[in-house]
Amino acid sequence: MSLQLSIWIIIGLTFALYIGIAIWSKTNSTSEFYIAGKGVNPIANGMATAADWMSAASFISMAGIISFVGYDGSVYLMGWTGGYVLLALLLAPYLRKFGKFTVPDFIGDRYYSNTARTVAIFCALVVSFTYVAGQMRGVGIVFSRYLEVDINNGVFTGMGIVLFYAILGGMKGITYTQVAQYCVLIFAFMVPAIFISIQMTGNPIPQFGFGSETQDGVYLLDKLNELHKELGFSEYTSGKKSKIDVFFITAALMIGTAGLPHVIVRFFTVKKVSDARKSAGWALLFIAILYTTAPAIAVFARTNLIETVSEKNYSDMPSWFKKWEETELLKFNDKNNDGIIQYLEDEKLNELTIDKDIMVMANPEIAQLPNWVIALLAAGALAAALSTAAGLLLVISSSISHDLIKKIISPKLVRKKILKEDISEKGELIAARISAFFAVLLAGYFGINPPDFVAATVALAFGLAAASFFPAIVLGIFYKRMNKEGAISGMIIGITSMLFYMLKFKFGWFGGGDQTNWFFGVSPEGFGTIAMMLNFAVSILVSNFTKEPPNEIKKLVENLRTPDE
Amino acid sequence: MKEKNKLYWKRNLSYLIVLLSIWFVVSFGFGILFVDQLNLIEFYGFKLGFWFAQQGSIYTFVILIFIYIYLMNKLDKEFKS
Repeated sequence: MSLQLSIWIIIGLTFALYIGIAIWSKTNSTSEFYIAGKGVNPIANGMATAADWMSAASFISMAGIISFVGYDGSVYLMGWTGGYVLLALLLAPYLRKFGKFTVPDFIGDRYYSNTARTVAIFCALVVSFTYVAGQMRGVGIVFSRYLEVDINNGVFTGMGIVLFYAILGGMKGITYTQVAQYCVLIFAFMVPAIFISIQMTGNPIPQFGFGSETQDGVYLLDKLNELHKELGFSEYTSGKKSKIDVFFITAALMIGTAGLPHVIVRFFTVKKVSDARKSAGWALLFIAILYTTAPAIAVFARTNLIETVSEKNYSDMPSWFKKWEETELLKFNDKNNDGIIQYLEDEKLNELTIDKDIMVMANPEIAQLPNWVIALLAAGALAAALSTAAGLLLVISSSISHDLIKKIISPKLVRKKILKEDISEKGELIAARISAFFAVLLAGYFGINPPDFVAATVALAFGLAAASFFPAIVLGIFYKRMNKEGAISGMIIGITSMLFYMLKFKFGWFGGGDQTNWFFGVSPEGFGTIAMMLNFAVSILVSNFTKEPPNEIKKLVENLRTPDE
Repeated sequence: MKEKNKLYWKRNLSYLIVLLSIWFVVSFGFGILFVDQLNLIEFYGFKLGFWFAQQGSIYTFVILIFIYIYLMNKLDKEFKS
């Protein structure tokens, strides 16, 4: 069977599955639409969370990035998993116990203030939009690379399918499609990894494989370090980033993970508080399968690549080399005209430029695996992008229909006697579907016309989440004295300082600046940690100089701290 | 009742402190701050610091959450009866 045909068949099958699940899980109530009627099994929720969490970037780009930066890539590995410990221990059980629909719900009620609610809605929208645009773009890119479809048509297809199951099934539909998407993506990720591990080290478990010996009896990592030294690259297992920056970036990614609304909201969908804890455990276990395999793939791919290309004749290159050259993800420029590929750290002498995404996508071809494995990889990348996009769209739509319309605008209109009564559940459900529709359109628009800032801001979305939500939620649970004045000023200071730092050093606003001007040598990616500390400090300080929260709020907090009935 | 709830919360907090300390030491300690020292130790073909940063910390995270689930389920049972 030709490659194109197998890709069409596998993608077609997975899409049919997602649509089937959407029809089966049609929703009729707001509770089902927002939080799947609180009826999701914790293991299923763990899978859904894992799929929701792992985006196109985790699936396609992460192993490639690690492959190029070695030890420095640890910031992503630890940062994007360690946050789940914070979620499971500090947030998920209490938020589930609180038992509403959204994160702004908690902020608005706990801080007895619609101002706090509005600030939370704003933060949720900023974080989610920066993130979702990248996903839609990812869908388009996968289509165009594997199927030679125009990127825009790829984005339209992705929009259509997400629209269908998000609008029809809401959270319930999204949850069960995400379960299916997790299975597709993890299978697609593991199959080539296992094959390559066997080929290179004889060990079928990639996690052990990259610590094994190769056929010549040298440890794989020692061999890679040696190759790096010969070619002038820095040692693979050591990296280049400063220690302080690695520390702060890891912390920002961890805390940001724990503050992302589309992840938090997944813990509202289970029956009991104990199920919320269990879900977090399962979610991290499912995520860890991919995240511990990625660094192994990185080492295999890196070694394979160097051994295949370095100091070899260009005319002897295998067919995958030519194929990826056509996509321009791989470029060879024979500077000294000797017909031999020099792949070196020194930019003046280096003749080969490699896009990081190749490392995962070309893996099956490099390892000479059958066509269906390549097709599977395409379906897995789509599953990763679609599941994340759907989760984000739900946060956007519920922020508008529930937090903004139901909780703020509708009561205001009733008070002003413009409306006779509060919006009905039916009305809210219609509003939710309409806002989901517009959110998809907007995400699609950014997918087709990606603003320059998208790529730069996806990593920064974590900084924004860390700087805004995390302190407000944690203090809301663990610090009874915390009042609305403190929370509001903390969130505002946190998110504006993060935005300021990001705009200054990433986009050259406010006079710009470079690495030498960084605050204590911390990059914009790591600044989320500092903005978060600022938020904590301001929140506590302001709340101690202003009025205590009312008694019923203290009771609410006390109730969060008791065992579940 | 109130005393009982206070005790429940205190026990929960003590679990959090212990588990989060391990969380911090394994990732920020072994994986970042002391990575160079640990890298001098050879561990099944890995440099130990590198292994903690890219493998060991993640395994520990998973184990920590499941320990917390176990402890809290036990605590819930104890305080419900």
